[in-house]
Amino acid sequence: MTPLELVGTVLLIALKSFVLLAALLVFIAYALLADRKIWAAVQLRRGPNVVGPYGLFQSFADLLKFVLKEPVIPAGANKAIYLLAPLVFAMLALSSWAVMPIADGWAIADINVGITYIFAISSLGVYGVIMGGWASNSKYAFLGALRSAAQMISYEVSLGFVIICVLMCAGSLNLTRIVAAQDTSLGLFGWYWLWLFPMFVVFFVSALAETNRPPFDLPEAESELVAGYMVEYSSTPYLLFMLGEYVAIMTMCALGTVLFLGGWLSPIPFAPFTWVPGVIWFILKASFLFFGFAMVKSIVPRYRYDQLMRLGWKVFLPLSLVCVVVVAFVLKVAGLAPGA
Amino acid sequence: MTAAAAFFYLFASLAVASGFMVIASRNPVASVLFLILAFVNAAGLFVLMGAEFLAMILVVVYVGAVAVLFLFVVMMLDVDFAELRQGFQQYLPIGGLIGAIFLIELLLVVGSWSIDPGLVQAPLGNVASAENVTNAQALGRVIYTDYAYFFQIAGLILLVAMIGAIVLTLRDRPGVKRQNIAVQNARTQATAIETRKVPSRQGVEV
Repeated sequence: MTPLELVGTVLLIALKSFVLLAALLVFIAYALLADRKIWAAVQLRRGPNVVGPYGLFQSFADLLKFVLKEPVIPAGANKAIYLLAPLVFAMLALSSWAVMPIADGWAIADINVGITYIFAISSLGVYGVIMGGWASNSKYAFLGALRSAAQMISYEVSLGFVIICVLMCAGSLNLTRIVAAQDTSLGLFGWYWLWLFPMFVVFFVSALAETNRPPFDLPEAESELVAGYMVEYSSTPYLLFMLGEYVAIMTMCALGTVLFLGGWLSPIPFAPFTWVPGVIWFILKASFLFFGFAMVKSIVPRYRYDQLMRLGWKVFLPLSLVCVVVVAFVLKVAGLAPGA
Repeated sequence: MTAAAAFFYLFASLAVASGFMVIASRNPVASVLFLILAFVNAAGLFVLMGAEFLAMILVVVYVGAVAVLFLFVVMMLDVDFAELRQGFQQYLPIGGLIGAIFLIELLLVVGSWSIDPGLVQAPLGNVASAENVTNAQALGRVIYTDYAYFFQIAGLILLVAMIGAIVLTLRDRPGVKRQNIAVQNARTQATAIETRKVPSRQGVEV
């Protein structure tokens, strides 16, 4: 590879990353608005409706407000780590999108260990939380960080086993091939949500807990606690935490789409529907999962902390472990194992 | 190739520098964070060698789980490292002497090592040609066939260690009120509520 080609490749990757980043951030701005609108609609309120028509520019107004405010750094805080924490959190959340196959061949890096990469990156997200909580030099933030970290670690375990179930069926760690493995003549019914339905449920609930969404938003239970590990943060650093959280939620929606809802595939596998570009199906499916997240937020009461831990360790972990064994057994006995 | 070399020097120098900062930094939490940086750079080196699966597992296991526990412990302990370092000047000569002896011994032993050329070409049993075989598949073919017993033994050792840790920390405190979810869910109106007729001026036994 000549130096000129190298520069060209680097520029192309940078351009792709920039386009994806811009699209993702705009999408998240509207997902945030949709979240608030859905929540309001369930509670018979109007939700944000002042900025722009139907409140469409609300998220951008919020962004401007956060950026223009003064960042307050508490006295006695470890300044470097205090400012590093939100950056780490937001950057890690964004970097898992590098391998997401939004449509056939549209992943920026179509690597062989795609799913392990996402799992590794999301397991690093806990550092932003712990660093932020510790560096704030505040009891509330520190305790919030410990609760948050314990919760994220607990649900990561069962999430890992759910992913292993899907991997055994697909026979690859590559996200593009996982989607391709769901491409059958059955369409909608050939995807893994049906064949691994218990695992789909475990994945959905674990994703809620992993991203600290209600009903598992104990670290920042607004009505009874202060805002958890980010209580001392203000202005742009707070915005980065918030952004990182929503990016992580979208990552989970996209991951659920890839693993269980057939990625970019059309739900009905014949002509007029297969003409629709894959990226539109992908966005629709991810939005559907996000709608599920938003509905759960508005209709399910919050868990108690010990119940949360019980659900993670005593229900989901054994269930997913047994499921790994059962899926492996069925695949082996029925001779369905890919590559066997 | 130049890009790979540049990345190698980037990751390697960052790994060495952060490894040094682990022992040099004054704040124990910063030490652990530098340790994490060293792990991540080691994962980068694995990726450069084409061992991407190992790299990801290194990040998941060491950075995502083990180092989090380190961080928890260090944050909770409140160790004052400045206090521990007070006798630094006093112990420097003898410490430096011992360190130098160790370094010389290591150099003498490791310096005479060489890789047997036959080993590099050694047949790896079930590993097929590297084409079209991903990292995970290649590892799986070796671990679950040739080294199945070692793999099982490693698993057993981990299980024993886990049981040991649980036994050491388990204490049975009397008088703790525990919830039994199954019992709670099994409650019905009939089992939970009893209706009694209370005679006037007499009351009832509860």
